Amino acid sequence: MERAILDLAYLVAALCFITGLKRMSGPKTARAGNTLSAFGMLIAIIATLCEHSIVEYWQIGVGALIGGAIGAIMVKRVQMTSMPQLVAVLHGFGSAAAGLVAAAELVAELAHGGTIDPVHNGIIQFTAILSSLTVAGSFVAYGKLEEKITGRAVDWPMRHPLNALLLLGLLAIGAYLVHDPTQMGWFVVLNVGAALLGVLLVLSIGGADMPVVVSVLNSYAGIAGALAGFVIDSTVLIITGALVGASGMILSRIMCKAMNRSLANVLFGSFGGDAAKGPAGATITGTIRSTTAEDAAQLLAYSGSVVIVPGYGLAVAQAQHQVSELAQLLEKRGVDVKYAIHPVAGRMPGHMNVLLAEANVPYDKLVEMERINGELDRTDVVLVIGANDVVNPAARSNPQSPIYGMPILDVDKSKNIIVMKRGMNPGFAGIENELFYNPRTRMLFGDAKASLTKLVEETKAIE
Amino acid sequence: MTVDVIVIFVLAAYVGFEIITKVPPQLHTPLMSGTNAITGIAVVGAMLSAGAGRSQLASWLGLIAMILASMNVVGGFLVTDRMLKMFGGKKERV
Repeated sequence: MERAILDLAYLVAALCFITGLKRMSGPKTARAGNTLSAFGMLIAIIATLCEHSIVEYWQIGVGALIGGAIGAIMVKRVQMTSMPQLVAVLHGFGSAAAGLVAAAELVAELAHGGTIDPVHNGIIQFTAILSSLTVAGSFVAYGKLEEKITGRAVDWPMRHPLNALLLLGLLAIGAYLVHDPTQMGWFVVLNVGAALLGVLLVLSIGGADMPVVVSVLNSYAGIAGALAGFVIDSTVLIITGALVGASGMILSRIMCKAMNRSLANVLFGSFGGDAAKGPAGATITGTIRSTTAEDAAQLLAYSGSVVIVPGYGLAVAQAQHQVSELAQLLEKRGVDVKYAIHPVAGRMPGHMNVLLAEANVPYDKLVEMERINGELDRTDVVLVIGANDVVNPAARSNPQSPIYGMPILDVDKSKNIIVMKRGMNPGFAGIENELFYNPRTRMLFGDAKASLTKLVEETKAIE
Repeated sequence: MTVDVIVIFVLAAYVGFEIITKVPPQLHTPLMSGTNAITGIAVVGAMLSAGAGRSQLASWLGLIAMILASMNVVGGFLVTDRMLKMFGGKKERV
């Protein structure tokens, strides 16, 4: 009887999660949706606490208090630009929790002294591998995003065979543990080995591909949760894990499509290793025309339509507020201002939208790539801020280029282009950009924030 | 382990695909942090492991799981809310 009530409570929680996610389909309902999901979680927790087999309330209380406090502080402090790092870390914690639940189950069953059902045990071993891999991978992704670890795609000889060998070794250890679960030493080796594999896999993925990595880790964390659900026979865990696994998969697919690459290519291709290698590198000749903030402000202020293309450079410079101020000044002068958002702008799916929302840019000003591309040839000025690969015409014209075929913003079709850039370094993918040599392009060199501040001043000065 | 749980998993994944494809790209970051928060449902499993007078080791593992899952839940929901607040409330320009 009690068990039935508990299961019904979990059902309510699962329904809250599903409805909450459904409300994410629009910005107006999304916040209420998130609150509903949180409410579902509360129901699940209270129901579990009421289950009388739980005796040690103090451990639960202490754990919730410590974890909750750390989580709240982390979130309070985080900058919107660091959102990908935070999410990567949270993925790590989520899958670590799933792995620990599975490990605790194994320990408890052993202490019970019986034999463990091989299927059950097999799932425990598999959960251990997947969760350890995800935890370690998440922290490497965090390091790369935080630029504590090189953003380059690290490559080494025999990488794929060695990784495959490690994976096979892990599966062998897992199989051995199914045969003899009492070998706890090997269980530790299994987890450490899986973590090592996670490190190696993510280490060889370049910084520009982090949106995909974060999405894939999202998916893995979900699947690890679902596996933990199989282990402890918890329907609500299975449902939630499946939902999240599906979500992460979809996001990974969208990101890959936006880069015209397969998931396998992103995960194993070691893309963006050495800068500008191969035939696509540094062969463009032409003149770079630079401009001053004063001239750029004149051009912008007397134009009819401006499209702003924000890239990750804008986020790094924390210049989203200055952009928003400039846009408002221009709009006051009657200029039609829009923002063109490439799907992989920023370091995680939808990251740029969050950054601009933080700077009070209304979301109807943000236009997706497919829609804005039709208008760009009629646009007076395109202002590219800290974006590079997503506006590189080589993606359309140069079959030799590593980014050939990637959907881009066709900014080279507009009447005037102003590119704000720190210097002439190639982008994350390490590819030269012929847009900078276009006769209609003017380069405005300098830190995005400083340049934008100057642009705002110059625009104000025009009467 | 019965077939039931696999049925549940597949159906839930299907529901997930149907719902998530309807989320617009501009909300993908909060979507990810939100789904991240609900994976913290592992907290339920952690509570069962931390409590229930089981072996010492299992119970300690449960405690650590409890801390991590709580961070996941609290952090995930709060940060999602913080982002969505920015999307929702700004209809008029200042």
